[in-house]
Amino acid sequence: MELQLKIWRQKKADSPGGFEVYRVKANEHMSFLEMLDVLNEQLIAERKEPVAFDHDCREGICGACSMVINGRPHGPNQGTTTCQLHMRFFKDGDVITVEPFQARAFPVIKDLVVDRSSFDRIIQAGGYISVNTGQPVDGNAIAIERDTASMAFDAAACIGCGACVAACPNGSAMLFVAAKVSHLGLLPQGKIEQDGRVQKMVAQMDEEGFGNCSNVAACEAECPKQISVSNIARLNRALIAASFQSS
Amino acid sequence: MLMKWLVDFLFRSSIGRKVVMSLSGLFLIAFLVVHLLGNLQLLAYDGGRQFNLYAYFMTHNPLIKTTSYLLYLTILLHAIQGISLAWANRKAKGRTYAVSSNAPISSFSKYMIHFGMIIFIFLGLHMYQFWLQMKMGNAPVLSYPGTDHPVQDLNALVVEAFANPYYVGIYVVSMFALGLHLWHGFQSAFQTLGLNHPKYNGLIRMVGKMYAVAVAVGFAVIPVILFFRQV
Repeated sequence: MELQLKIWRQKKADSPGGFEVYRVKANEHMSFLEMLDVLNEQLIAERKEPVAFDHDCREGICGACSMVINGRPHGPNQGTTTCQLHMRFFKDGDVITVEPFQARAFPVIKDLVVDRSSFDRIIQAGGYISVNTGQPVDGNAIAIERDTASMAFDAAACIGCGACVAACPNGSAMLFVAAKVSHLGLLPQGKIEQDGRVQKMVAQMDEEGFGNCSNVAACEAECPKQISVSNIARLNRALIAASFQSS
Repeated sequence: MLMKWLVDFLFRSSIGRKVVMSLSGLFLIAFLVVHLLGNLQLLAYDGGRQFNLYAYFMTHNPLIKTTSYLLYLTILLHAIQGISLAWANRKAKGRTYAVSSNAPISSFSKYMIHFGMIIFIFLGLHMYQFWLQMKMGNAPVLSYPGTDHPVQDLNALVVEAFANPYYVGIYVVSMFALGLHLWHGFQSAFQTLGLNHPKYNGLIRMVGKMYAVAVAVGFAVIPVILFFRQV
């Protein structure tokens, strides 16, 4: 299959970017990233600068790959990261537009690579539980109700890729923060620090320049781990409660 | 400062600011029901007697007068906070994508600020046309047998305004915008307060859509009916 790619090229953070058009021959067994690898081989052979993009595990669990494909973070398929998106979902002759994630809190570093360290700072603000190090504790030492464990696990599936922010017309990070607050706060070990955690993580989120949630739910539609906006409601509840009951 | 934490929560925290939008929105949702029920009396075939007496009661009862000032403040709060949030959100997004997404989202949710602006501008006209004229005493004064006080004939103001097809058009278009604003706004208010559970989500969404349609259609048919009664 032969494709026409319209790719956002930007030299560095403060240089102006723009689209450039490339032609590439791919086959339907390739992943989207492998197709970009082919393009880059081609560019290198032509002594041109290859397209910079983030990638790591290439098996859909690390959250490194980003990019917006035809207006959709991680492309058109539901519950799929860019690395797990295969070219069989495209047709010969397709024009594919590839852009970096767009949000003020995710500035472009180069081409399709954006700086998502704002997520790391939100995690550092409170996205952890305090435990003594040493021998791991018995996994079943504290009984957890099955439904609660399932909800916590669904939220814990978040890989922190930032597709929620990229999809949101407001550039809001609420689904990410909600997933972390839910996965920790639903479990007994995380409940202890929940009030402070929620306040600190939301304060950091606001400081990073993310937008405000207006319940559009584009994040839920684009999340490769299909995390539900019901977690955002839980985050809202938790922050309202923490604001009124913390010292 | 006294209650600094509460002021910070309501006007600085992203979630707190949304709680303000939600609570003020729910108050306005409740108000619209009362307003619509009052307006429907305009359709009575009694020369406006029932509506005029109702308007007199609403503007002279101290409890309702106090609530009306709370209402004006709430409208301003909802509008100012909404504009400020929309502005911040625009800045937080920056550039928009070259290709627009076709992902399923909550209908009309991306255009809340646009519908809100239409409604706010409409409110300016609406308040000028009826509220200000009433406050200035520009309506003709009537006295009904059995009442011990003169009553402003607001019904006449309304009927006169809706003889003009342009006003009818503006009202119908504005109510359409209101309906779409409520279509997303109703259920969004509950989500912001954290009220989301599979047990009642369906109910909230269904009631919200029915409410949005009922309010928009209910308000919009009144000028249309009054117009056709006069042609």
